[in-house]
Amino acid sequence: MTNFDVTDGVLEVIEDTELPRRLKDEVLATAEERDVTKGQAREIATAVEAQYLDTRVDPLDPVGTVSAQSIGEPGTQMTMNTFHYAGVAEMDVTQGLPRLIELVDARKTPDTPIMTVFLEDEFGEEREKAHEVVWDIEATKILALGDISTNVADMVVRVDLNEDTLQERWPRVDSTNEIAGEVAETIEGSLGVTVTQDGTVLEFGPSEPSYRELLQLVEQLRDIVFKGIEDVTRVVIRREETDEGEEFVLYTEGSAFKKALKIEGVDATRTSCNNIHEVHKTLGIEAAREAIIEETMTTLEEQGLDDVNIRHLMLVADIMTNDGTIQSIGRHGISGNKDSVLARAAFEVTVNHLLDAAVHGESDDLDGVIENVIVGKPVRLGTGDVDLRMGVTESD
Amino acid sequence: MSAGQAPKEIGEISFGLMDPEEYRDMSATKVITADTYDDDGFPIDMGLMDPRLGVIDPGLECKTCGQRSGSCNGHFGHIELAAPVIHVGFSKLIRRLLRGTCRECANLLLTEEEKDEYRDDLERTKSLRQDVSDVMTAAIREARKKDHCPHCGEVQYDVKHEKPTTYYEVQQVLASDYSERIAASMQPDEDEDDAGISPQELAEQTDIDISRINEILSGEFRPRREDREAIEAAIGADLTTEDMNKLMPSDIRDWFEDIPGEDLEALGVDAERSRPEWMILTVLPVPPVTARPSITLDNGQRSEDDLTHKLVDIIRINQRFMENREAGAPQLIIEDLWELLQYHVTTFMDNEISGTPPARHRSGRPLKTLSQRLKGKEGRFRGSLSGKRVNFSARTVISPDPTLSLNEVGVPDRVATEMTQTMVVNEKNLERARRYVRNGPEGHPGANYVTRPDGRRVRVTEKVCEELAERVEPGWEVQRHLIDGDIIIFNRQPSLHRMSIMAHEVVVMPYKTFRLNTVVCPPYNADFDGDEMNMHALQNEEARAEARVLMRVQEQILSPRFGENIIGAIQDHISGTYLLTHDNPQFNETQASDLLRQTRIDELPDPAGISEDTGEPYWEGRQLFSELLPDDLNLEFTGTTGEPVVIEDGQLVEGTIAEDEVGGFGGEIVDTITKVHGNTRARIFINEVAALAMRSIMHFGFSIGIDDETVSVEARERIDEAIQSAYDRVQELIETYENGDLESLPGRTVDETLEMKIMQTLGKARDSAGDVAEENFAEDNPAVVMANSGARGSMLNLTQMAGCVGQQAVRGERINRGYEDRTLSHFEPNDLSSEAHGFVENSYTSGLTPKEFFFHAMGGREGLVDTAVRTSKSGYLQRRLINALSELETQYDGTVRDTSDTIVQFEFGEDGTSPVQVSSDDEVDIDVDHVADRILNSEFDSDDEKAEFLGVQEPPTNLSEHGAAWEVESDD
Repeated sequence: MTNFDVTDGVLEVIEDTELPRRLKDEVLATAEERDVTKGQAREIATAVEAQYLDTRVDPLDPVGTVSAQSIGEPGTQMTMNTFHYAGVAEMDVTQGLPRLIELVDARKTPDTPIMTVFLEDEFGEEREKAHEVVWDIEATKILALGDISTNVADMVVRVDLNEDTLQERWPRVDSTNEIAGEVAETIEGSLGVTVTQDGTVLEFGPSEPSYRELLQLVEQLRDIVFKGIEDVTRVVIRREETDEGEEFVLYTEGSAFKKALKIEGVDATRTSCNNIHEVHKTLGIEAAREAIIEETMTTLEEQGLDDVNIRHLMLVADIMTNDGTIQSIGRHGISGNKDSVLARAAFEVTVNHLLDAAVHGESDDLDGVIENVIVGKPVRLGTGDVDLRMGVTESD
Repeated sequence: MSAGQAPKEIGEISFGLMDPEEYRDMSATKVITADTYDDDGFPIDMGLMDPRLGVIDPGLECKTCGQRSGSCNGHFGHIELAAPVIHVGFSKLIRRLLRGTCRECANLLLTEEEKDEYRDDLERTKSLRQDVSDVMTAAIREARKKDHCPHCGEVQYDVKHEKPTTYYEVQQVLASDYSERIAASMQPDEDEDDAGISPQELAEQTDIDISRINEILSGEFRPRREDREAIEAAIGADLTTEDMNKLMPSDIRDWFEDIPGEDLEALGVDAERSRPEWMILTVLPVPPVTARPSITLDNGQRSEDDLTHKLVDIIRINQRFMENREAGAPQLIIEDLWELLQYHVTTFMDNEISGTPPARHRSGRPLKTLSQRLKGKEGRFRGSLSGKRVNFSARTVISPDPTLSLNEVGVPDRVATEMTQTMVVNEKNLERARRYVRNGPEGHPGANYVTRPDGRRVRVTEKVCEELAERVEPGWEVQRHLIDGDIIIFNRQPSLHRMSIMAHEVVVMPYKTFRLNTVVCPPYNADFDGDEMNMHALQNEEARAEARVLMRVQEQILSPRFGENIIGAIQDHISGTYLLTHDNPQFNETQASDLLRQTRIDELPDPAGISEDTGEPYWEGRQLFSELLPDDLNLEFTGTTGEPVVIEDGQLVEGTIAEDEVGGFGGEIVDTITKVHGNTRARIFINEVAALAMRSIMHFGFSIGIDDETVSVEARERIDEAIQSAYDRVQELIETYENGDLESLPGRTVDETLEMKIMQTLGKARDSAGDVAEENFAEDNPAVVMANSGARGSMLNLTQMAGCVGQQAVRGERINRGYEDRTLSHFEPNDLSSEAHGFVENSYTSGLTPKEFFFHAMGGREGLVDTAVRTSKSGYLQRRLINALSELETQYDGTVRDTSDTIVQFEFGEDGTSPVQVSSDDEVDIDVDHVADRILNSEFDSDDEKAEFLGVQEPPTNLSEHGAAWEVESDD
């Protein structure tokens, strides 16, 4: 705490307020600068305090309902159109109301999983370096590398690898022969066949001649991932203006957050993913909370509803992550895990909740909102939570 | 709980199963007759309408409690079931218990240690407030793995559940053709190298005596289980068939009776309150008559409730069952009847069980039985318990009235005479009370009822009102009509946010509609195309006080969603202020006073100058507008038009007043006044801006017609040119595509690329058409004024009216569907041109061609469908959000907790600032220097002002638009 050159009296009146440290210091600084008397200091302090308290939430404010309304109400103004670009014209992303519902539902996988990958240092600056990362992330399948032909007479599958593509996708290896060898090894490893390599031409076939197996091999060959992350089908690279200046940013179709963070050149501090469950598993519940806020906010912003106060989204994210796991909003999450039988019954699947409650011998203490509406008592929330009585003193 | 005595306040509700004995104890009568009324129309004794079950006919007396219809809640009866039946709701649990307990000793098939483990697990789950049924599922799964009972050693069989209510025990028994099966597999198989087995070898392999083997082979002896297994192993064949042994409900009941209480506890079943055998019904409670009232139709015929119908079925079958059993009918018949009884009891509970045909009414409509009464939106829980119907409410069409304050609502006199407020008569208001009573129920400030001190309520009628008025004394209560200044609650559905329900002050008016000031339309999302709204008259002092202090419109000017004002000038108000301030026109004295005549300003400010033409003093628009501003207002920001708006000491120095200045949804001036000068000042400001704006728009005159959207011939040509050049470019694109020269964008196919490029080109064409149109219109074109001021519409609307409507889209793409390879039969197949895919080159003024019109309708239809889907989806989202968050509340310590005191946030929104006062992008910043300036320089006009500034004194708010008059009128 910095020391201010003020009299003890002034210090006392200012310290005596309910102001947070930052404002107290500011008032003290002003007092010091203007050399005020104790009386003036008190007046300044009270005035600042009054203004400060005006901006605070009132105790017993039903903030939950207000937040729910503040998110639900703009929902009526959002579009239902699922596909549209999110800054990146090349990619389709779920947006609008369907995306908001998806987030609040805490779906295991979003409709369109996406990662935004930021790159470290030179990877972000040089296009070639950035492309190295791209090929480490994007799943490379055989169709991208060359042509497949089946020779039925000899019972062999022939893969004609394209040298340029090989060079492009394995920028760190010089000889195409070596790369083709690597590809051959991968095929051997995952199909269990012996591959004969002749330059960039690979040949292999079933151990015993069989048409079925030959065709099956081709089918399986198509699914092998030679490089990159299996779940990522496409990576789009863009040069963007960010906080760090102009740099390359990668957008991926499909997500594998944990794997992506381990790749060399990926800036793990800024890279993000739109699957909150992956964020949760990789970075923990606080990160998941942050991701929920971030994702809901961008969804709203995308729809031109950027004026929704972020505090409402925080409350939703906080209740979703309150018990350390991600709970959805609805029957399978928060509403279904309420203590009160009546509250659960009044939400959804009424009869089952009542029957289960009977078997488990549950009892309802009736302290929630819905329960009190049901039994016809005042709800203990907001003005219903204040224990005040009218004064008995006579006025005149 | 003694019968018929409902408790005054409910403290807790416990759930459990009921002992059949309890059913019998609480039953008013046993029901044995399947009929309801006899030929004379009297209820049959021990029938379903027995008067002991309660009364529904007025005038009759309940035979159990002696009360009359209305005050008697009804009483349960009971049916003694001839044989036990299963309660469908618990069929899953019954299955679990059958699988998890021993068929012999009924103990849970778990060792003591395992039981303890699950008990602990249960304890932990409960304390973590998670789902206890998960523990039960796990325990049962574990128990099911046991082949033998760990307690008595009995072999356990699998239990098969045939939905909904049949259970089988599956036993592996020796197949009847066992000898053939053994013989068949002992035969040598010629295809494979199987020499077969001789009986001798078999005997050796299985350790069974050879003579016994021979006996078995000849089918004379049935091998025991051990022998059977040995033979099976030796010959590698299966000798068993599944034997399904049906478990009758009575067997299950006997089985469950033996399950020890502590084992049930390990499963999370409350053994005290819910014995599992009670899930098998032996007695069926008959709901009171009041729960299933019969309706008398117009022709005098009685129509019974669905439940009664179902009960009739149950009793009939029950009777037949008993008769047949007593007559010693064959087992098969008995079982059939038992199943039928089960079916009826099942559908009595739940008529929507999958796999069971629903019981139907004679007309073919499925019956609405117990489950269906509780379920769903119109069910008991959501329809009757969570949402209740109320008295003292009114609903009618709304219409605008700009002369009202935004705090007020015009209430039709016929509503005001129906809704009443209780007035406790004392010496001070005695005269008024008598006057009201004297006016009677028809005359306006009248009264409908009076309550005497002894509690008797007397209706005030035209006949007795004069006489009654004389008798009114202090201590009486008078139900008086609504009068001006009363507070009521006003609401428009859908109630999506808290501003959908606000309190207004009554202004009683003639005619039949509710009247509102137009500035409250945005929060209610109301318009006047036939919208209806609801009004609720408040019935106690606390409610009225809360409504006045917290719910009044002026208290809701700021929206908690974005922390700025939601109420402000709209539409014509904005056009009005725009016209008044944009070119800062001059007014003479008459005009100036006329503009301000509906505001509080009763004296014109000093004139801005002397007109050179007339030599008369003149006033300027901005100057007149400034009269409405608080004197100490200082603001500077970029306004709607992009020009700066400067307000110094309450004077508009520069700038145009339009949407971003005084509009709803964050009009800067309204927002600042509300936050700095308080709600009361803001209310006055908004009212006066609306009034001034209406006067000024009337002064200037404002209309729009078809000529205002027609462009000059020259401009029309330029637009056509722009469109034609776009067509050419599209044609070029198509040609490149058809030649295969089109290069695809990364990640897109060539087709998609072409579509995107065409869309882009045509989009640009419309824009340039719009630009031409915009150039063509003067600044004072009413449509331009509206678009520029933000009052209504946009430049895009204007473009579509005057220039070109543009590309119609379905799902964000050009229109592609319809016929095979073409959109309409008017085009060649695979025509990629713009007109074949929904480009509308005409404007709304020039009119659309039939083809264009059709495409336009397609685009329009998508919008309609989208809206319909969206409302239902977002409604459900809102319901879930509200349900999940409704219990959160800030506490005095700043934390956000739910009703069971779980902390959700330590400080609301991480910093405890209110979303109402602070918009999301604003930093909370208190200008300490400014505060110090004001205090040190003592810039206060009065002590009151200073006290308000210090926050030790609240600024005076008016609790009513009627000021002191209200206090006199409603000091009841």
